[in-house]
Amino acid sequence: MYGRSEPDGEAAAAGGRAPSDGRTSNSTARRRSDSVKKTRPPFPWFGMDIGGTLVKLVYFEPKDITAEEEQEEVENLKSIRRYLTSNTAYGTTGIRDVHLELQDLTLCGRTGTLHFIRFPTHDLPAFLQMGRSKHFSSLHTTLCATGGGAYKFESDFRTMADLQLHKLDELDCLIRGVLYIDSVVSRGPSECYYFENPTDPDRCVQRPYTLENPYPLLLVNIGSGVSILAVYSENNYKRVTGTSLGGGTFLGLCCLLTGCSTFEEALEMASQGESTRVDKLVRDIYGGDYERFGLPGWAVASSFGNMMSKEKRESVSKADLARATLVTITNNIGSITRMCALNENIERVVFVGNFLRVNTLSMKLLAYAMDYWSKGQLKALFLQHEGYFGAVGALLELLHPS
Amino acid sequence: MDKSITLPPDEIFRNLENAKRFAIDIGGSLTKLAYYSTVQHKVAKVRSFEQNAELYEISEQEEVTARLHFIKFENAYIETCLDFIRDHLVNTGTKVIKATGGGAHKFKELIERKLGLKVDKEDEMTCLIRGCNFVLRNIPHEAFVYAKHADSEFRFQTTHPDIFPYLLVNIGSGVSIVKVESEDKFERIGGSSIGGGTFWGLGALLTKTKRFDELLQLASKGQHASVDMLVRDIYGGSYGSLGLTGDLIASSFGKSATADKGFSKEDMAKSLLHMISNDIGQLACLYAKLHNLSRVYFGGFFIRGHPVTMHTITYSINFFTKGEVQALFLRHEGYLGAIGAFLKGAEEDNPNQYSWGENYAGSSGLMSVSPEMNPMQRARSGTFDMLEMDRLERQLVNLPLLQDPSSYIPDTMDLTEDALAREYWLSCFEEALDGVVKRAVASQPDIPEAIERSEKFRQKYRHKLQTLRQQPFAYGSLTVRSLLDTREHCLNEFNFPDPYSKIKQRENDMALRYYQKAVKSLEQLSWEQRQFALVRGVLAGNVFDWGAKAVSDVLESDPEFGFDEAKRHSLRPALLLQGPPHKCALFFVDNSGVDIILGVMPFVRELLSRGTEVVLASNSGPALNDVTNGELQILTERIAAMDPVIQAGLRDDRLTLVQSGSSSPCLDLSRLDKVLAMVVRERQTDLVIIEGMGRALHTNYYARLSCESLKTAVIKNSWLAERLGGKLFSVVFKYEVPPGKPSQEDSSAPSTPS
Repeated sequence: MYGRSEPDGEAAAAGGRAPSDGRTSNSTARRRSDSVKKTRPPFPWFGMDIGGTLVKLVYFEPKDITAEEEQEEVENLKSIRRYLTSNTAYGTTGIRDVHLELQDLTLCGRTGTLHFIRFPTHDLPAFLQMGRSKHFSSLHTTLCATGGGAYKFESDFRTMADLQLHKLDELDCLIRGVLYIDSVVSRGPSECYYFENPTDPDRCVQRPYTLENPYPLLLVNIGSGVSILAVYSENNYKRVTGTSLGGGTFLGLCCLLTGCSTFEEALEMASQGESTRVDKLVRDIYGGDYERFGLPGWAVASSFGNMMSKEKRESVSKADLARATLVTITNNIGSITRMCALNENIERVVFVGNFLRVNTLSMKLLAYAMDYWSKGQLKALFLQHEGYFGAVGALLELLHPS
Repeated sequence: MDKSITLPPDEIFRNLENAKRFAIDIGGSLTKLAYYSTVQHKVAKVRSFEQNAELYEISEQEEVTARLHFIKFENAYIETCLDFIRDHLVNTGTKVIKATGGGAHKFKELIERKLGLKVDKEDEMTCLIRGCNFVLRNIPHEAFVYAKHADSEFRFQTTHPDIFPYLLVNIGSGVSIVKVESEDKFERIGGSSIGGGTFWGLGALLTKTKRFDELLQLASKGQHASVDMLVRDIYGGSYGSLGLTGDLIASSFGKSATADKGFSKEDMAKSLLHMISNDIGQLACLYAKLHNLSRVYFGGFFIRGHPVTMHTITYSINFFTKGEVQALFLRHEGYLGAIGAFLKGAEEDNPNQYSWGENYAGSSGLMSVSPEMNPMQRARSGTFDMLEMDRLERQLVNLPLLQDPSSYIPDTMDLTEDALAREYWLSCFEEALDGVVKRAVASQPDIPEAIERSEKFRQKYRHKLQTLRQQPFAYGSLTVRSLLDTREHCLNEFNFPDPYSKIKQRENDMALRYYQKAVKSLEQLSWEQRQFALVRGVLAGNVFDWGAKAVSDVLESDPEFGFDEAKRHSLRPALLLQGPPHKCALFFVDNSGVDIILGVMPFVRELLSRGTEVVLASNSGPALNDVTNGELQILTERIAAMDPVIQAGLRDDRLTLVQSGSSSPCLDLSRLDKVLAMVVRERQTDLVIIEGMGRALHTNYYARLSCESLKTAVIKNSWLAERLGGKLFSVVFKYEVPPGKPSQEDSSAPSTPS
C-alpha cells in the first residue's frame, strides 16, 4: 500500500479545493499578488513529464508583459517564447495541442496562456540539442520534471544541455495537475465529461460533468502502462495497482500485427476494423447467451480466440486486428478498474492519459464496460487535458513548491 | 497423424466388459473418457473352524469391486477409440453417454453412430466443479504448489478437511473465475477474455507458429526484455518510492512500437506469455481479495501441467498478493470435466457417499513435462494417460483425535525433496522385489499360472519404480508409504491378494501356543517388573516383521530366531501405566503372530485389568504380514477361550475390534474408517498407541494428537536407524502429552534409540 501526505504551502492555505490562482482572479488573489511577486520564479515557466512513450510539456506564456519588462527581457527568453508560441509543430514529431490551450489564466499573479506540447520520448535528444542551441541554461531557470524520464535522462539534461532537473514524483504531479486544471477551467467545453446512455450506441452522447466533491475517486492513468490510484483528498492517495497492458501494448502489438508505425495510424485502422472476426464471442461457443452464468452472447469469450484457426487467420484484415487489439486492451483496463473500484468501494472513476487522446472508441468502450458490468453503479469520467496533468503538476511545483 | 493405432486391450480401456455409465469430455485437442466398471479379483478370506486342526482356513475368493476408469487421448484417435469400445463392450445396459467440453457438439453424431448411445450434454462449468470437488476430496495429494527452481518442483499440499470455499480459475480459451462454496453451490464471479486462446491466437499471428505446445516451447527460450518496456527503460532504474523494481514490466510490447528492427519469435512469445499470465494472475488476486478467499486453484488447457505457464502464473500471484496467496495446481486437472460429467450421470449411485482411492497400479501419474522435451514427443507419450479410482468399501474420515487436521501430514519423510533418502528407498524396494515375487508365487502353490502373473507383477512394479526415479512427483509426494502402497496395488492387480497369508497363519498358530505361558509368567512378576516386561514384550514382538528386509533375512535363514532372542534387542521404556487409568485406549496394531498375540494382547489385558477400555484397530485388507481385522477376530476369540480377562472384555464390550479402513502397512490418520472414528468419539478415547515402523515411524512420527499418545517401533532398517542416530534394532518409544494436559508422568520419553 502506498500513501502519502505532504505539507502543502499555498494550495492548502487557500483552503479546500478553491484555487489560489485562476482565470477569475478575485480580490483575495490580488491582495496577495505583491507578496507572491517576491517568491515568483523567473520566466520561462515550464512543467515537464517524460513518460515511456511521450514527453509532455506545458509552457506558460505571459500575456501581461509590461514595456519595462519587455526591455529587460533577455533575447534568449524572447526567442524561446516566440519559437514555442508561433509554431504548432516542432521538428517532425513535436506538436502543440492548440485546442487545449488555456487563455487568460492567472498564475502567480501573472496572466497568460498555458500551452500544451508533446513529442516522442525517443526525440528527447533533439529537444536537448535545441535547448543547448537556444542557450536555455543561461536563463537560470529551474526545470521541474516528472515521469520516469526525469530520472533516466537527468544526466543527459546536465551533460547535453547544461540543465539541472528538479525531479518530482509522477503520481503526486498527476493528482495535483488533475485537481488544478479541473478547478481553473470554467469556459469553453467542460474539463470533465461523461457519456450519457453508454450502453445504447444510438443515444450515447458526451455530457459535461461537474467534479464537485470529487473524493473518493479512482484515477486511472493510461499511458504506456497503466496506474490506478485511489484518491481520498489532494494529499491522501494510494496506488492501488497497475497493469502492463496499456497504450504501449496497443501500439506495440498494432505495429507488429499491421505494420503501422504511429498511434494515429493504428487508431484510424482500428476505427475501420471489426473485432468480432478476430475475437471469439460467447455466442461463437454457446450459440447464444451462456445463461447459466448470465453471459450475453455478444461478450468476448476469448480475445483473439478465432485466430487459433488457420483459416480465420487468413481471412481477417489488418484493420480487424487493430480493432481487436484496441478492444482487448481497453476492456482489460476496464475490468481491472472495475475490480479495484469494488475492492476500494469507490463509485467514480476518472480515466486520463494519452491512450485516450482522439480515442473516442476506447472512451465509449470504457464508459460502456463500467456501466454494464456494474449494473449502473460505476460512472466513467474523462478529462479534456487527458495526458498533460503530470506536466501541469510539475509546473505547479515550480510556482508553489510544496 | 497416424490414426490407425492398435490399442493393447490389457493396458487401455480396461475392464470394458462390464463397463457402464459412460461420460466423455472433448476439449480442443484432448478427449477424456470416463466409465464405471466392476473388477473381479481375488481377495483373501479367513474362516474359523472349531474342529479343524488348522487355526483357520484361508481361501482366496473372487470379489467384485467398483472402479472408475478415466482415459485421456488426443482427439485424432477418437474414432479408433470409439470403435475399440464398441467392439469390447459386452454387458452394458447403458443407453446414454454424458458429454461435456467444447468438442462434445462436434463429435455428437460420431459418438451416437459408433456407440449407439444417446449423447446427453452437461454444462461444462458444473462438470468442472463437480470433478474438482471429487479429486480434492478423494486424492490426498491432489493439489500442489509449483516452484521452478526448488529441489522438488512440485510441493504437494495437505488437503484441508473442509475443501470449501475455494476459487477455481479455469484458463481455457478465455478465463472463468468460479467461487465454490459447497458441493452444489458455486458461482462464476468473473472472468476475462484474455486467456489461452489469446496466447494461442495472438501468438500464432505474431510468430507464424501454429501449435500451442510449440508456442510455449518458443516462449520458454525467449527474452522478453527486448520487446517489453520495463520500469528501468522508463526510469533508468527502479521506481523506488513505489517499490517497483527496474525489471518489472511497465508496458507489455512497449518496445515493439519504437524499434525499427524485427523481433525474434521466441522473444515475442515470451512477452506474450508474461503479459497474459500476469493479467490473469492480477485478476485472480483481485477476485480472491474481493471475496476473501485464500485457496486459488488454476486449471484449463493453458495450465495443464505445463511448467512454463505454471511458473509464470505462480510468479504473478506471488507478485500481486505479496506472497499471501499461493497459486495451487491439480494433478488430475485434465480429468475434472470428465469426472464431473461422469458424476452427473451416476447421481443415482450416489458416488459421493463413498470414499475413493487412486489406484497406483492403473494410473499413469503426473507426467514429466520438462520444457526441454520436444513437444511432439510430449504429445506422443501422453497419448494415453489413465487414472483409475477404486471405490473403497468403507467411508474414510479424519481421526477425531488429530490436534490440527488441516496441518496433519502422515508421512515422516518426503522423498520428493530428499534425494538421498529417495535413492536409498528406491534401491531398497528394487532389491526387495525378488523376494516379494518369490513370496507371491509361494502363496499360490497350487496355481501354475501364478508364476506368469508374478512376472507381470515384477514388470509392473519395476516399471513404477523406474518411473518414480524419473518423476518422483508422479503420484503426489513420494514416500515410503506410497512405495509400499504401490506395491500392494500392483500385487492386487495381478491377483496376489495376500502373499503372506500362510506365514501369518503359521505364526499365529505358533504364538497362540505360547500365550498362556506368557501370561502366566507375566502374572508372577511384581507390578513394576510386569510393566517393564509388558512394554518390552510389545517391542520384542514388533521385531517380527516380514516387511523389514533385515528381519526377513534373519527369519528366512534362522528358524530358531525366537521371541526371547528378540527381547534382548529391546530396552526399558517409561512407565506408561502409572497413575489413574485411562478411559479408553485406541491401539493401532501391526504384525500377526508373536507381535499381536504375545506382545500386544498381554498389554491389552493389562489395560483392561486397570479398567481401561480398549479399541484394537487393524487393517481392513492384507498388507505384508500385518494382522487383518478378519484374522484378529479369530485370534481374539481363541485367546478369549484361554483367558477370562479377554473374554470378559469382549463380553462386556470393553474390548472392541474395529477395522482401520486401510490396506497399507502405513497409516494415514486422515483417512480412517468412519466406524472407527465413531467408536473413538463414543468411548471418549484418551490414549492412542501406534505400533510398528510403518505406522509409527514412516508415518505419524510427527503426528500431533489431542490426547496422550505412544508411538513405538523397533527400527528394523539399518539405514533408517543410522539416519535417526541409532543402530539396527533400536527402539522408538515416543510418549507424548498434548500441551495443556497433565501427563501420567512428567518426563516423556522421546525417541530413545538404545
